[in-house]
Amino acid sequence: MSTGMEQLYQQLILDHAKHPAHRGAQDAYDVEVHHVNPTCGDEVTLRVRLEPGEQGAPVIGELTWTGQGCSISQASASVMSQAVAGGSVEHALALSDDFRELMDSRGVLPEKFEGDGLAEEMEDAVAFVGVARYPARIKCALLGWAAMKDAVAQASVTTTNPEEGR
Amino acid sequence: MTDTLDRAAQDGQGRTLDAAELAAVRADFPLLQRTVRDGRPLVYLDSGATSQKPEVVLDAEQDFYTQRNAAVHRGAHQLAEEATEAFETARHEVASFVGVADDELVWTSNATAGLNLVAYAMSNATLGRGGDAARRFALAPGDEIVVTEAEHHANLVPWQELAARTGATLRWLGVGDDGRIRVDELDTVVTDRTKVLAFTHASNVTGAVTPVAPFVARAREVGALTVLDACQSVPHLPVDLAALGVDFAAFSGHKMLGPTGVGALYGRRELLEAMPPVTTGGSMVEVVTMEQTTYAPPPRRFEAGTQMVSQAVGMGAAATYLAELGMDAVAAHERHLAGLLLDAVASVPGVRVIGPTENVDRLATVAFVVDGVHAHDVGQVLDDAGVAVRVGHHCAQPLHRRFGVAATARASAAVYTTDEEIAVFREALAGVRTFFGLDEGTA
Repeated sequence: MSTGMEQLYQQLILDHAKHPAHRGAQDAYDVEVHHVNPTCGDEVTLRVRLEPGEQGAPVIGELTWTGQGCSISQASASVMSQAVAGGSVEHALALSDDFRELMDSRGVLPEKFEGDGLAEEMEDAVAFVGVARYPARIKCALLGWAAMKDAVAQASVTTTNPEEGR
Repeated sequence: MTDTLDRAAQDGQGRTLDAAELAAVRADFPLLQRTVRDGRPLVYLDSGATSQKPEVVLDAEQDFYTQRNAAVHRGAHQLAEEATEAFETARHEVASFVGVADDELVWTSNATAGLNLVAYAMSNATLGRGGDAARRFALAPGDEIVVTEAEHHANLVPWQELAARTGATLRWLGVGDDGRIRVDELDTVVTDRTKVLAFTHASNVTGAVTPVAPFVARAREVGALTVLDACQSVPHLPVDLAALGVDFAAFSGHKMLGPTGVGALYGRRELLEAMPPVTTGGSMVEVVTMEQTTYAPPPRRFEAGTQMVSQAVGMGAAATYLAELGMDAVAAHERHLAGLLLDAVASVPGVRVIGPTENVDRLATVAFVVDGVHAHDVGQVLDDAGVAVRVGHHCAQPLHRRFGVAATARASAAVYTTDEEIAVFREALAGVRTFFGLDEGTA
């Protein structure tokens, strides 16, 4: 097996794919989104519930997802949910930008992912650097993150307007 | 040599390609010589998506641009004459390759465009365009369009849209557990209300070849037009569209060793003559005044604007290349490959074929699922061994839904595929479940 493959399918990724975190469908949620990767049929359905945090900034109170797809897409959704659940929406979006940067790296770890600069929540996400060497797989890794971004954006709108909340 | 001749005799399909011929074929395809992923020889099993191109096709395109390039069907200079001749010679090469007259073959940008052309012409006829002659193409609420569950989206979505525009109802024939279209449903689903019966000649997923005769017979009984998606059949089987008796058929250049950007639509002459145009503008007219326009006879009525001349010339060269090999020999070779592919997949535990498992009336196109491993991951492991397969739904979501899977991996061969390549594929496939820790090695 090539080194590229070993980096792509790091044990951490295979473990997340086999035992995904936050997998499920919570009863209480503000928004549910369904995202697909039309080229390969990967799917993620994600529910999110926001809570007011300190100084009123919204926090991701609860986030769960179900889906089907390749190990990269499922593992990435798992890592994403661990990274963002319980944190602020703002922080989640910043982590999403970091992950996007990782995917654009062509497999060379960006400096900010090395050493102390890395947010603790992103430790597992670094395992996906190998994906960036396979352009066809980047969309797989981004699927869960895209669903999360969409969901928190919609939930932010919904929760600021209680009339439309659930 | 003896082996291949024996094989051909067993296949009962006459001549196949012998080892020397196959080696010569491979030498015609520069891309097949390259390596991928750290020096592995390429094993290209994605010809169902697009085929590789022989040098004669590349040369034909280059020759057109370096020697003959000019606007076709206009201009009195010598280059214009030569360009027009190259363009029309290509039409003859492609038309005769599929057994139809030159003026029954319309250039399209691809097969999708050809199928849409028929659907939009029917739309225009429904709006009254084309007058009385075109009334046979008009649809109304109560009319039905019949497709099948095996269709590529290109032969499904245009009919969904046509139904939505005209108020007609879309119905479909199912697919059996063996991956074949339910021919037994023809009598119940295709009725006097059916105006169009659109179906694939060969599935791009299961590889199943459709028996065209009962479809045409049933359509004629009820007065429905037949539209054949011939994308997967024309590159791999001897196809005589006139003998098949279909009314329309679409296929693309790039799947039959030709360039991208060009395809062809066959229509029976009397139908094309009665059909209103779709894309309008230059080159497809007779007399234009400020008030109105009369249209050129087919095929030019359906070829508005500057055409993809160099690609058409390339597609003509591809048809000639295949014709010179002999489509009987191509089909016999690929039938042998289909058997090897089926054996390869059957020999690996935990792998299941979606489609016919017997090497009868099928192409060397085999879709499969690996238990516990998503198709995308299967494709990645195969790719690491230099083996290129397609993964996903192959633009046939309903067919995948029918089998309860979101995605499959698909190995599809072509005339240049060898036994040794399928052995490499088999070995790589045998390592997939092991790589993902699902069982001990079986290779």
